[in-house]
Amino acid sequence: MAVVRLRAPLSELAGGKRELELAGSTVSEVLKALEREHPDTRGWILDERGAIREHINVFVNKEYGREDTSVTPSDRLHVIPAISGG
Amino acid sequence: MTELLVGTKKGLFVLESDGEAFAITSRHFAGEPVEFATRDARTGRTFACVTSAFYGPKIFYTDDLAAEWQQASGIELPEDAEKPLERLWTIVPAEADDHLYAGGAPGILFESHDGGASWELNTAFWEQPTRPEWSPGAGGMCMHSIATWPGDPSRVALAISAVGVWLTDDGGQTWRHGNKNLYPRYMPEEARADTIDLCVHNMHRAPKRPERLFMQFHGGVYRSDDAGETWASIADGLPSDFGFPMVIDPDDPDSAYVIPLVADLDRTTPEGKVRVYETRDAGASWTARGEGLPSEDAYLTILRQAFCGDGAGTSMGLYFGATSGDVFGSRDAGKTWFTAATNLPPVHSVRAT
Repeated sequence: MAVVRLRAPLSELAGGKRELELAGSTVSEVLKALEREHPDTRGWILDERGAIREHINVFVNKEYGREDTSVTPSDRLHVIPAISGG
Repeated sequence: MTELLVGTKKGLFVLESDGEAFAITSRHFAGEPVEFATRDARTGRTFACVTSAFYGPKIFYTDDLAAEWQQASGIELPEDAEKPLERLWTIVPAEADDHLYAGGAPGILFESHDGGASWELNTAFWEQPTRPEWSPGAGGMCMHSIATWPGDPSRVALAISAVGVWLTDDGGQTWRHGNKNLYPRYMPEEARADTIDLCVHNMHRAPKRPERLFMQFHGGVYRSDDAGETWASIADGLPSDFGFPMVIDPDDPDSAYVIPLVADLDRTTPEGKVRVYETRDAGASWTARGEGLPSEDAYLTILRQAFCGDGAGTSMGLYFGATSGDVFGSRDAGKTWFTAATNLPPVHSVRAT
Protein backbone atom coordinates (compact mmCIF):
# COMPACT_ATOMS: atom_id res chain seq x y z
CA MET A 1 0.00 0.00 0.00
CA ALA A 2 1.13 3.56 -0.69
CA VAL A 3 2.25 5.76 2.16
CA VAL A 4 0.42 9.07 2.65
CA ARG A 5 2.15 11.78 4.62
CA LEU A 6 0.03 14.48 6.26
CA ARG A 7 0.75 17.67 8.13
CA ALA A 8 -1.39 19.49 10.69
CA PRO A 9 -4.31 20.08 10.70
CA LEU A 10 -4.89 17.09 8.41
CA SER A 11 -2.85 14.77 10.60
CA GLU A 12 -5.02 15.75 13.58
CA LEU A 13 -8.13 14.84 11.59
CA ALA A 14 -6.52 11.49 10.83
CA GLY A 15 -6.28 10.51 14.47
CA GLY A 16 -2.93 12.20 15.01
CA LYS A 17 -1.22 10.12 12.35
CA ARG A 18 1.35 11.87 10.18
CA GLU A 19 1.90 8.83 8.02
CA LEU A 20 -0.66 6.24 6.87
CA GLU A 21 -0.64 3.23 4.57
CA LEU A 22 -3.60 3.31 2.21
CA ALA A 23 -4.73 1.28 -0.78
CA GLY A 24 -5.51 2.67 -4.23
CA SER A 25 -4.17 2.75 -7.76
CA THR A 26 -4.64 6.50 -8.33
CA VAL A 27 -4.26 9.61 -6.18
CA SER A 28 -8.04 9.93 -6.07
CA GLU A 29 -8.52 6.36 -4.88
CA VAL A 30 -5.88 6.71 -2.17
CA LEU A 31 -7.39 9.98 -0.90
CA LYS A 32 -10.88 8.48 -0.87
CA ALA A 33 -9.49 5.58 1.12
CA LEU A 34 -8.19 8.16 3.58
CA GLU A 35 -11.69 9.65 3.86
CA ARG A 36 -13.20 6.22 4.49
CA GLU A 37 -10.65 5.38 7.17
CA HIS A 38 -10.77 8.84 8.75
CA PRO A 39 -14.13 10.46 7.92
CA ASP A 40 -13.15 13.76 9.55
CA THR A 41 -10.83 14.39 6.58
CA ARG A 42 -13.79 14.35 4.17
CA GLY A 43 -13.91 17.60 2.23
CA TRP A 44 -10.49 18.85 3.36
CA ILE A 45 -8.27 17.61 0.52
CA LEU A 46 -10.84 16.59 -2.10
CA ASP A 47 -13.85 18.84 -2.57
CA GLU A 48 -17.39 17.51 -2.89
CA ARG A 49 -16.82 16.81 -6.60
CA GLY A 50 -13.79 14.67 -5.90
CA ALA A 51 -11.32 17.27 -7.17
CA ILE A 52 -8.14 18.15 -5.29
CA ARG A 53 -8.75 21.56 -3.72
CA GLU A 54 -7.27 24.46 -5.65
CA HIS A 55 -4.68 25.38 -3.05
CA ILE A 56 -3.63 21.89 -2.03
CA ASN A 57 -0.70 20.13 -3.64
CA VAL A 58 -0.46 16.36 -3.70
CA PHE A 59 2.97 15.07 -4.61
CA VAL A 60 3.55 11.49 -5.67
CA ASN A 61 7.11 11.07 -4.50
CA LYS A 62 8.71 14.25 -5.88
CA GLU A 63 6.27 14.99 -8.72
CA TYR A 64 3.02 16.98 -8.66
CA GLY A 65 0.09 14.58 -8.78
CA ARG A 66 -3.45 14.97 -10.11
CA GLU A 67 -6.56 13.00 -9.27
CA ASP A 68 -5.85 10.43 -11.98
CA THR A 69 -2.10 10.07 -11.38
CA SER A 70 -1.14 6.41 -10.98
CA VAL A 71 0.02 5.21 -7.60
CA THR A 72 1.93 2.03 -6.80
CA PRO A 73 2.42 0.39 -3.40
CA SER A 74 5.97 1.73 -3.25
CA ASP A 75 4.92 5.38 -3.74
CA ARG A 76 4.78 8.10 -1.11
CA LEU A 77 2.09 10.75 -1.32
CA HIS A 78 2.70 14.14 0.33
CA VAL A 79 -0.31 16.40 0.96
CA ILE A 80 0.94 19.95 1.35
CA PRO A 81 -0.79 23.37 1.29
CA ALA A 82 0.21 25.38 -1.77
CA ILE A 83 2.41 28.45 -1.59
CA SER A 84 -0.46 30.93 -1.73
CA GLY A 85 -2.64 33.08 0.43
CA GLY A 86 -2.38 36.52 2.01
CA MET B 1 -21.60 41.49 30.40
CA THR B 2 -21.44 42.07 26.65
CA GLU B 3 -19.57 39.63 24.46
CA LEU B 4 -18.61 40.35 20.87
CA LEU B 5 -17.79 37.63 18.36
CA VAL B 6 -15.52 39.33 15.84
CA GLY B 7 -14.79 37.32 12.70
CA THR B 8 -11.65 38.51 10.96
CA LYS B 9 -9.36 37.64 8.09
CA LYS B 10 -7.10 35.91 10.60
CA GLY B 11 -9.35 34.21 13.08
CA LEU B 12 -12.22 34.72 15.48
CA PHE B 13 -11.69 37.14 18.36
CA VAL B 14 -13.92 37.14 21.43
CA LEU B 15 -14.16 40.50 23.18
CA GLU B 16 -15.82 40.99 26.53
CA SER B 17 -16.91 43.99 28.54
CA ASP B 18 -18.56 44.31 31.94
CA GLY B 19 -19.82 47.75 31.03
CA GLU B 20 -16.43 49.39 30.76
CA ALA B 21 -13.71 48.81 28.15
CA PHE B 22 -13.67 45.71 25.97
CA ALA B 23 -10.81 43.24 26.17
CA ILE B 24 -9.87 40.29 23.98
CA THR B 25 -10.54 37.16 26.00
CA SER B 26 -9.84 34.47 23.40
CA ARG B 27 -8.86 33.85 19.79
CA HIS B 28 -9.97 30.88 17.72
CA PHE B 29 -9.03 29.54 14.25
CA ALA B 30 -5.81 31.55 14.28
CA GLY B 31 -4.72 32.47 10.78
CA GLU B 32 -7.94 31.33 9.11
CA PRO B 33 -10.55 33.63 7.57
CA VAL B 34 -13.66 33.64 9.75
CA GLU B 35 -16.39 35.10 7.60
CA PHE B 36 -19.10 35.00 10.23
CA ALA B 37 -19.65 33.96 13.83
CA THR B 38 -22.78 34.03 15.91
CA ARG B 39 -24.47 32.37 18.87
CA ASP B 40 -27.90 30.79 18.88
CA ALA B 41 -29.51 32.44 21.91
CA ARG B 42 -31.93 29.52 22.24
CA THR B 43 -29.22 26.95 22.90
CA GLY B 44 -26.09 28.95 23.70
CA ARG B 45 -24.30 27.21 20.83
CA THR B 46 -21.66 29.31 19.05
CA PHE B 47 -21.06 28.92 15.31
CA ALA B 48 -18.15 29.98 13.13
CA CYS B 49 -18.04 29.99 9.33
CA VAL B 50 -14.40 29.37 8.46
CA THR B 51 -13.15 29.53 4.89
CA SER B 52 -9.65 28.13 4.78
CA ALA B 53 -7.88 29.11 1.59
CA PHE B 54 -6.52 25.58 1.52
CA TYR B 55 -9.13 23.27 2.99
CA GLY B 56 -12.40 24.90 1.90
CA PRO B 57 -15.40 26.34 3.75
CA LYS B 58 -16.60 24.70 6.98
CA ILE B 59 -19.04 25.40 9.79
CA PHE B 60 -17.71 24.73 13.28
CA TYR B 61 -19.71 24.86 16.49
CA THR B 62 -19.12 24.68 20.21
CA ASP B 63 -21.26 24.84 23.32
CA ASP B 64 -18.34 26.16 25.34
CA LEU B 65 -15.75 28.57 23.99
CA ALA B 66 -13.20 27.03 26.33
CA ALA B 67 -13.75 23.59 24.81
CA GLU B 68 -12.96 22.18 21.38
CA TRP B 69 -14.92 23.10 18.27
CA GLN B 70 -16.79 20.43 16.33
CA GLN B 71 -17.06 20.43 12.55
CA ALA B 72 -20.66 20.38 11.33
CA SER B 73 -21.47 17.76 8.73
CA GLY B 74 -23.26 18.12 5.40
CA ILE B 75 -21.73 21.43 4.34
CA GLU B 76 -21.15 20.49 0.72
CA LEU B 77 -22.75 20.77 -2.69
CA PRO B 78 -23.89 17.80 -4.77
CA GLU B 79 -21.11 15.83 -6.49
CA ASP B 80 -22.25 17.05 -9.91
CA ALA B 81 -21.95 20.74 -9.00
CA GLU B 82 -20.06 22.81 -11.54
CA LYS B 83 -17.91 24.38 -8.82
CA PRO B 84 -17.34 23.52 -5.17
CA LEU B 85 -18.90 25.36 -2.25
CA GLU B 86 -17.13 28.71 -1.97
CA ARG B 87 -18.04 30.29 1.36
CA LEU B 88 -20.58 30.49 4.18
CA TRP B 89 -21.87 34.00 4.84
CA THR B 90 -24.46 33.75 7.57
CA ILE B 91 -26.21 31.49 10.07
CA VAL B 92 -29.70 32.39 11.31
CA PRO B 93 -31.89 30.59 13.85
CA ALA B 94 -35.24 29.66 12.31
CA GLU B 95 -38.61 29.64 14.05
CA ALA B 96 -38.81 25.97 15.01
CA ASP B 97 -36.66 24.53 17.79
CA ASP B 98 -33.26 23.26 16.61
CA HIS B 99 -33.94 24.60 13.08
CA LEU B 100 -31.31 26.92 11.60
CA TYR B 101 -30.52 28.34 8.18
CA ALA B 102 -27.09 28.97 6.69
CA GLY B 103 -26.50 31.00 3.55
CA GLY B 104 -23.47 30.94 1.34
CA ALA B 105 -21.92 31.07 -2.09
CA PRO B 106 -22.72 30.20 -4.82
CA GLY B 107 -26.23 31.33 -3.86
CA ILE B 108 -27.05 28.40 -1.61
CA LEU B 109 -29.19 27.72 1.45
CA PHE B 110 -28.49 25.02 4.01
CA GLU B 111 -30.84 23.92 6.79
CA SER B 112 -30.17 22.13 10.05
CA HIS B 113 -32.84 20.43 12.15
CA ASP B 114 -30.58 19.30 14.98
CA GLY B 115 -29.28 22.55 16.34
CA GLY B 116 -26.52 22.98 13.77
CA ALA B 117 -24.59 19.71 14.05
CA SER B 118 -25.67 18.48 10.61
CA TRP B 119 -26.93 20.35 7.57
CA GLU B 120 -28.70 19.68 4.29
CA LEU B 121 -28.88 21.72 1.14
CA ASN B 122 -32.30 23.23 0.38
CA THR B 123 -32.73 21.46 -2.93
CA ALA B 124 -35.68 23.55 -4.12
CA PHE B 125 -33.47 26.60 -4.07
CA TRP B 126 -30.44 24.78 -5.45
CA GLU B 127 -32.52 23.56 -8.40
CA GLN B 128 -33.97 26.93 -9.41
CA PRO B 129 -34.34 26.79 -13.21
CA THR B 130 -32.76 30.21 -13.69
CA ARG B 131 -29.62 29.34 -11.68
CA PRO B 132 -27.42 28.98 -14.81
CA GLU B 133 -28.15 32.65 -15.55
CA TRP B 134 -27.23 33.92 -12.08
CA SER B 135 -24.26 36.27 -11.71
CA PRO B 136 -22.08 36.85 -8.65
CA GLY B 137 -21.18 40.18 -7.10
CA ALA B 138 -17.56 41.11 -6.47
CA GLY B 139 -17.56 39.06 -3.27
CA GLY B 140 -19.05 35.99 -4.89
CA MET B 141 -22.66 34.90 -5.28
CA CYS B 142 -23.31 35.27 -1.60
CA MET B 143 -26.55 34.59 0.21
CA HIS B 144 -25.98 36.92 3.12
CA SER B 145 -29.44 37.77 4.46
CA ILE B 146 -32.06 35.31 5.72
CA ALA B 147 -35.14 36.99 7.20
CA THR B 148 -37.44 34.65 9.09
CA TRP B 149 -41.01 35.60 10.02
CA PRO B 150 -41.65 35.61 13.78
CA GLY B 151 -44.21 32.94 14.60
CA ASP B 152 -44.56 31.65 11.04
CA PRO B 153 -41.89 29.16 9.95
CA SER B 154 -43.37 28.91 6.47
CA ARG B 155 -42.43 32.45 5.46
CA VAL B 156 -38.80 33.38 4.78
CA ALA B 157 -37.10 36.03 2.65
CA LEU B 158 -33.58 35.58 1.29
CA ALA B 159 -31.24 38.07 -0.34
CA ILE B 160 -28.30 37.33 -2.61
CA SER B 161 -25.62 39.40 -4.25
CA ALA B 162 -26.37 39.60 -7.12
CA VAL B 163 -29.57 37.58 -7.55
CA GLY B 164 -32.00 39.77 -5.62
CA VAL B 165 -34.68 38.83 -3.12
CA TRP B 166 -36.37 35.43 -2.92
CA LEU B 167 -39.53 34.61 -0.98
CA THR B 168 -41.16 31.42 0.21
CA ASP B 169 -44.56 30.89 1.83
CA ASP B 170 -44.24 27.13 2.23
CA GLY B 171 -41.14 26.69 4.33
CA GLY B 172 -38.72 26.61 1.43
CA GLN B 173 -40.42 24.11 -0.86
CA THR B 174 -40.99 26.77 -3.53
CA TRP B 175 -39.36 30.14 -4.10
CA ARG B 176 -40.22 33.26 -6.10
CA HIS B 177 -38.63 36.65 -6.75
CA GLY B 178 -39.40 39.73 -4.64
CA ASN B 179 -37.68 42.42 -6.66
CA LYS B 180 -40.29 44.85 -7.89
CA ASN B 181 -39.12 48.49 -8.07
CA LEU B 182 -35.48 47.78 -7.27
CA TYR B 183 -33.43 50.05 -9.52
CA PRO B 184 -30.01 48.71 -10.57
CA ARG B 185 -28.09 51.76 -11.83
CA TYR B 186 -25.21 49.49 -12.81
CA MET B 187 -27.33 47.95 -15.61
CA PRO B 188 -28.20 49.57 -18.94
CA GLU B 189 -31.51 51.42 -18.77
CA GLU B 190 -33.04 49.02 -21.27
CA ALA B 191 -32.20 46.03 -19.05
CA ARG B 192 -33.25 47.35 -15.65
CA ALA B 193 -36.88 46.28 -15.73
CA ASP B 194 -36.27 42.61 -16.46
CA THR B 195 -32.88 41.82 -15.00
CA ILE B 196 -32.38 39.42 -12.12
CA ASP B 197 -28.83 40.72 -11.64
CA LEU B 198 -29.86 42.56 -8.49
CA CYS B 199 -27.09 43.19 -6.02
CA VAL B 200 -28.66 43.27 -2.58
CA HIS B 201 -26.08 44.06 0.09
CA ASN B 202 -28.18 43.52 3.21
CA MET B 203 -31.78 42.95 4.23
CA HIS B 204 -33.60 42.84 7.58
CA ARG B 205 -37.18 42.21 8.67
CA ALA B 206 -38.84 44.29 11.40
CA PRO B 207 -39.92 41.62 13.91
CA LYS B 208 -42.77 43.67 15.36
CA ARG B 209 -44.18 44.35 11.90
CA PRO B 210 -42.94 41.39 9.86
CA GLU B 211 -44.40 42.50 6.54
CA ARG B 212 -41.82 45.32 6.66
CA LEU B 213 -38.28 44.78 5.38
CA PHE B 214 -35.37 47.18 5.04
CA MET B 215 -32.66 46.79 2.40
CA GLN B 216 -29.23 48.19 1.62
CA PHE B 217 -28.75 47.78 -2.12
CA HIS B 218 -25.73 48.25 -4.38
CA GLY B 219 -26.66 51.90 -4.81
CA GLY B 220 -29.96 52.34 -3.01
CA VAL B 221 -31.67 51.99 0.35
CA TYR B 222 -35.18 50.55 0.24
CA ARG B 223 -38.17 49.57 2.36
CA SER B 224 -40.88 47.04 1.64
CA ASP B 225 -44.21 47.07 3.47
CA ASP B 226 -45.65 44.05 1.68
CA ALA B 227 -43.26 41.33 2.84
CA GLY B 228 -40.73 41.92 0.07
CA GLU B 229 -43.01 41.88 -2.96
CA THR B 230 -42.37 45.54 -3.85
CA TRP B 231 -39.83 48.09 -2.71
CA ALA B 232 -39.64 51.89 -2.33
CA SER B 233 -36.56 54.06 -2.03
CA ILE B 234 -35.84 55.60 1.36
CA ALA B 235 -32.36 56.91 0.52
CA ASP B 236 -33.16 60.64 0.57
CA GLY B 237 -31.23 62.33 3.33
CA LEU B 238 -28.23 60.00 3.27
CA PRO B 239 -24.81 61.26 2.11
CA SER B 240 -24.62 58.20 -0.14
CA ASP B 241 -26.96 55.34 -0.94
CA PHE B 242 -24.05 52.90 -1.22
CA GLY B 243 -23.00 50.73 1.69
CA PHE B 244 -23.08 47.20 3.02
CA PRO B 245 -24.25 46.66 6.61
CA MET B 246 -27.63 47.41 8.15
CA VAL B 247 -29.14 47.02 11.61
CA ILE B 248 -32.65 47.51 12.95
CA ASP B 249 -34.03 48.04 16.44
CA PRO B 250 -36.15 44.89 16.89
CA ASP B 251 -38.71 46.74 19.01
CA ASP B 252 -39.18 49.62 16.55
CA PRO B 253 -40.43 48.75 13.06
CA ASP B 254 -39.69 52.31 11.93
CA SER B 255 -35.98 52.01 12.73
CA ALA B 256 -32.93 51.24 10.66
CA TYR B 257 -29.23 52.00 10.83
CA VAL B 258 -26.84 52.13 7.87
CA ILE B 259 -23.19 53.07 7.40
CA PRO B 260 -22.89 54.82 4.02
CA LEU B 261 -19.75 54.53 1.91
CA VAL B 262 -18.90 56.93 -0.91
CA ALA B 263 -19.79 54.73 -3.88
CA ASP B 264 -19.08 51.39 -5.51
CA LEU B 265 -15.81 52.72 -6.92
CA ASP B 266 -14.74 54.25 -3.58
CA ARG B 267 -15.88 52.02 -0.76
CA THR B 268 -14.80 54.27 2.11
CA THR B 269 -16.59 56.44 4.64
CA PRO B 270 -17.56 59.80 3.04
CA GLU B 271 -15.50 62.93 3.69
CA GLY B 272 -13.07 61.01 5.87
CA LYS B 273 -15.70 60.81 8.63
CA VAL B 274 -17.12 57.65 10.16
CA ARG B 275 -20.85 58.09 10.70
CA VAL B 276 -23.76 55.80 11.30
CA TYR B 277 -27.11 57.03 10.00
CA GLU B 278 -30.31 56.31 11.88
CA THR B 279 -33.93 56.55 10.87
CA ARG B 280 -36.81 56.31 13.36
CA ASP B 281 -39.50 57.19 10.84
CA ALA B 282 -39.12 54.26 8.43
CA GLY B 283 -36.71 56.12 6.19
CA ALA B 284 -38.52 59.45 5.81
CA SER B 285 -35.49 61.12 7.42
CA TRP B 286 -32.00 60.14 8.54
CA THR B 287 -29.85 61.44 11.39
CA ALA B 288 -26.05 61.20 11.48
CA ARG B 289 -24.72 59.45 14.58
CA GLY B 290 -21.02 60.06 14.89
CA GLU B 291 -20.19 61.40 18.34
CA GLY B 292 -17.10 59.53 19.46
CA LEU B 293 -16.34 58.05 16.02
CA PRO B 294 -13.31 59.10 13.94
CA SER B 295 -14.22 62.39 12.27
CA GLU B 296 -11.07 63.37 10.43
CA ASP B 297 -9.00 61.55 7.81
CA ALA B 298 -10.84 58.30 8.48
CA TYR B 299 -11.45 56.31 5.31
CA LEU B 300 -12.82 53.05 6.59
CA THR B 301 -14.60 50.16 4.90
CA ILE B 302 -17.28 48.32 6.85
CA LEU B 303 -18.32 44.98 5.38
CA ARG B 304 -21.85 43.61 5.22
CA GLN B 305 -21.76 41.37 8.30
CA ALA B 306 -19.60 43.69 10.40
CA PHE B 307 -22.43 45.65 12.10
CA CYS B 308 -24.83 44.37 14.73
CA GLY B 309 -27.31 45.38 17.37
CA ASP B 310 -27.68 44.18 20.95
CA GLY B 311 -31.00 44.65 22.68
CA ALA B 312 -33.50 47.36 21.80
CA GLY B 313 -34.67 50.86 22.58
CA THR B 314 -32.66 53.80 23.87
CA SER B 315 -30.08 51.53 25.53
CA MET B 316 -29.63 49.35 22.47
CA GLY B 317 -26.03 48.37 21.82
CA LEU B 318 -24.57 48.91 18.36
CA TYR B 319 -21.22 47.48 17.30
CA PHE B 320 -19.30 47.52 14.04
CA GLY B 321 -15.83 46.68 12.81
CA ALA B 322 -13.84 47.89 9.82
CA THR B 323 -11.31 46.35 7.52
CA SER B 324 -8.81 48.62 9.30
CA GLY B 325 -9.11 46.29 12.30
CA ASP B 326 -10.96 48.82 14.45
CA VAL B 327 -14.16 47.94 16.32
CA PHE B 328 -16.54 50.62 17.58
CA GLY B 329 -19.49 50.43 19.93
CA SER B 330 -22.41 52.39 21.32
CA ARG B 331 -24.48 51.64 24.41
CA ASP B 332 -27.12 54.29 23.77
CA ALA B 333 -28.53 53.32 20.37
CA GLY B 334 -25.91 55.30 18.48
CA LYS B 335 -26.07 58.59 20.35
CA THR B 336 -22.46 58.26 21.51
CA TRP B 337 -19.68 55.89 20.48
CA PHE B 338 -16.44 54.46 21.85
CA THR B 339 -13.59 52.38 20.46
CA ALA B 340 -13.89 48.75 21.51
CA ALA B 341 -10.74 47.39 19.84
CA THR B 342 -7.95 48.43 17.49
CA ASN B 343 -5.28 46.65 15.49
CA LEU B 344 -7.28 43.51 14.82
CA PRO B 345 -7.02 41.88 11.39
CA PRO B 346 -9.54 43.12 8.82
CA VAL B 347 -12.99 42.62 10.36
CA HIS B 348 -15.46 40.46 8.45
CA SER B 349 -18.28 40.18 10.99
CA VAL B 350 -19.39 41.39 14.40
CA ARG B 351 -22.14 39.87 16.51
CA ALA B 352 -23.03 40.65 20.14
CA THR B 353 -24.18 37.89 22.44
